[in-house]
Amino acid sequence: MFERVRVIASDIFGLPQAAITAGSAPENVETWDSVRHLSLILALEETFQLQLSPEETERIQTVGRAAELVEEKLRTAAG
Amino acid sequence: MQLRQEIDSLIARGDAAGASHRLAELWQQESGSAAASYLTSRYEQLRPAGRFVPHRFAILRSFTLEPIVPLVRASAFVAGIDLALHLGDFNAYAQEILDDRSSLYSFTPDTVLLAVQTRDIAPDLWSGYADLRPDTVATSVARVVDSFRSWISAFRQHSSANLIVHTLEPPPIPSLGVLDAQLDAPQANAIRQINDGLRIVCRKHRGVFLLDYGSLVARHGYTKWHDEKKWLTARMPISAGHLIHLAQEWLRFLVPLTGRSAKALVVDLDNTLWGGVIGEDGMHGIKLGAEYPGSAYQALQRALLDLHRKGILLAVCSKNDPDDAMEALRNHPGMLLRPEKFAAMRINWSDKAQNLREVASELNIGTDALAFLDDNPVERAQVRAALPEVIVIELPRDPSQYADVVRDSPFFERLTLSQEDLQRTALYAAERERSRVEQSFTSKQDFFRSLEQEAEIAPVERASLARVAQLTQKTNQFNATTRRYSEQQIAEIAARPHWQVFSMRVRDRYGDHGLVGVAITRDDGDSCEIDTFLLSCRVIGRNLETALLSHLAEAARARGLTSIKGWFFSTKKNAPAKDFYAQHGFTLAATNGDGSLWVLDLRTALIECPEWVKLRILTGEMN
Repeated sequence: MFERVRVIASDIFGLPQAAITAGSAPENVETWDSVRHLSLILALEETFQLQLSPEETERIQTVGRAAELVEEKLRTAAG
Repeated sequence: MQLRQEIDSLIARGDAAGASHRLAELWQQESGSAAASYLTSRYEQLRPAGRFVPHRFAILRSFTLEPIVPLVRASAFVAGIDLALHLGDFNAYAQEILDDRSSLYSFTPDTVLLAVQTRDIAPDLWSGYADLRPDTVATSVARVVDSFRSWISAFRQHSSANLIVHTLEPPPIPSLGVLDAQLDAPQANAIRQINDGLRIVCRKHRGVFLLDYGSLVARHGYTKWHDEKKWLTARMPISAGHLIHLAQEWLRFLVPLTGRSAKALVVDLDNTLWGGVIGEDGMHGIKLGAEYPGSAYQALQRALLDLHRKGILLAVCSKNDPDDAMEALRNHPGMLLRPEKFAAMRINWSDKAQNLREVASELNIGTDALAFLDDNPVERAQVRAALPEVIVIELPRDPSQYADVVRDSPFFERLTLSQEDLQRTALYAAERERSRVEQSFTSKQDFFRSLEQEAEIAPVERASLARVAQLTQKTNQFNATTRRYSEQQIAEIAARPHWQVFSMRVRDRYGDHGLVGVAITRDDGDSCEIDTFLLSCRVIGRNLETALLSHLAEAARARGLTSIKGWFFSTKKNAPAKDFYAQHGFTLAATNGDGSLWVLDLRTALIECPEWVKLRILTGEMN
């Protein structure tokens, strides 16, 4: 899951995939502004066919957290 | 993931064509926000090698649209358009339109989009309808239409750019539920009245177009299109999966506005226009008719017939025995497209790319104006490799989706329809007859005389504005300066002092060609400068350019000018006009990069209209 989210983050933030880690966050990714944050949320929703609530989007503070959240949502949906 | 790595290594190796192919393929597979950001950054690297049409696009809006920017830029790049984008400030569209010093106008847009939501501009009609009385409804409707009217006319005063206006959408559920439909004045009617008013306003201005937003939303499903949570938290009303559909709808306007539309669609026959193979299955075996699965192919033919009605030429390119194929085209009871609907046909066993080149040359258009429809992925790949500029339509395996794929393509969109568009195929049929007669004459002069050509030259007028602008946008071959003008710009130029805009209509014994020539001149001291001189490819090589030029020279002389001059700017395509000035006695006065300036002294030289062209000069003012 992290690998798929990493590709999305690399596309959105315009960085090579190797530069994206679980710890990548607005503080250490220069291009991670509010507009790209919204694009990231939209890309996750499109790719994994899910909807993230405002509370959930607030929890996305690192790429690692985003991957965990998507995994959790997909598991709940499947279960 | 792998495709991205492959693309990056193609770019690193400098293989721009290969990289463009792969980028389009990636977009086909995943047209979403992530891929859009990737695509735009890579296309930007290809910009120096690519042949993109640059276009400046400004978006004015009442809601959050930032995330759509990469989506519309990626969609445009795939269609060959390099968009420079200006996103107006959130909900500041009115100020930006009204203030002629706003960032909107300093951006100098080619096209502006105005996206305003019903709930922003008419909250009472959106969610407060139950509180309203019939007279207050009417007042609200009038207020909204008046606002749009004043914005649009202010916009036209400050800018000659194209304007696309979103219509207003009705709310998903009326305030009064099912009772609404029982009322004299249902809520949805109020919104419809606004849209009707908007239509009247837009039709009064040139270059102002409506985007039917309600239909777009309905097509994708009302409840799925909207995302109420994002609206409340980020002022973004459209759900993640649907922003791309809005971007694609914009592209349906941007493609024709940038001249990227296809002029002709070349179609395969077996398993495309009908199910099965005519050479094996025979007339009674192929599937085509009202019943499934023949109905899928008939639906595609209906879609192609609709393109034909919009002036897009149809042509056939099929590997077949010509007799078998023609028998089906002529006599199969399920056929909607009879042979006369096709402007060119290539039914043979040769290579399709070569056939497409021939079709383009027979129709006198570039191969980049051709679209190609074929069920066979191998043929599509072969054409794509040999002629990367051809618009190859990707077809799914299921024939029942063919018609929708064609209707969905932005490359067949038209924003205006001229008289010429409506009779184009008939004109080409007459041209075929003319070529046949030409071959039976021994001398060119005899042939020209036999044509009985009549050229009618007139100042541009309201009725001819659309066609004149269209010719400046579409003519590539016989075009001295290739300056592109919108309808609005032509109207402005014609109104300027010392400028003249002429149109030329041509008729001959085979039919009426309609408006096929344009010249724009500007008096500069005692010299007349030709700003634009073009002829439609349909009438190249018949001395009509001499007829038009003779009139420009005579008119300049009558205004007391002593010379006439014109630039020729060389492009990839305008070789047919290269020697035009030299052939008419002009001398080279200056060169500048790809440009050369030619001058003729009117005191000593004369340009005579050839005796085989009967010239009629009309005068008049724009009305």
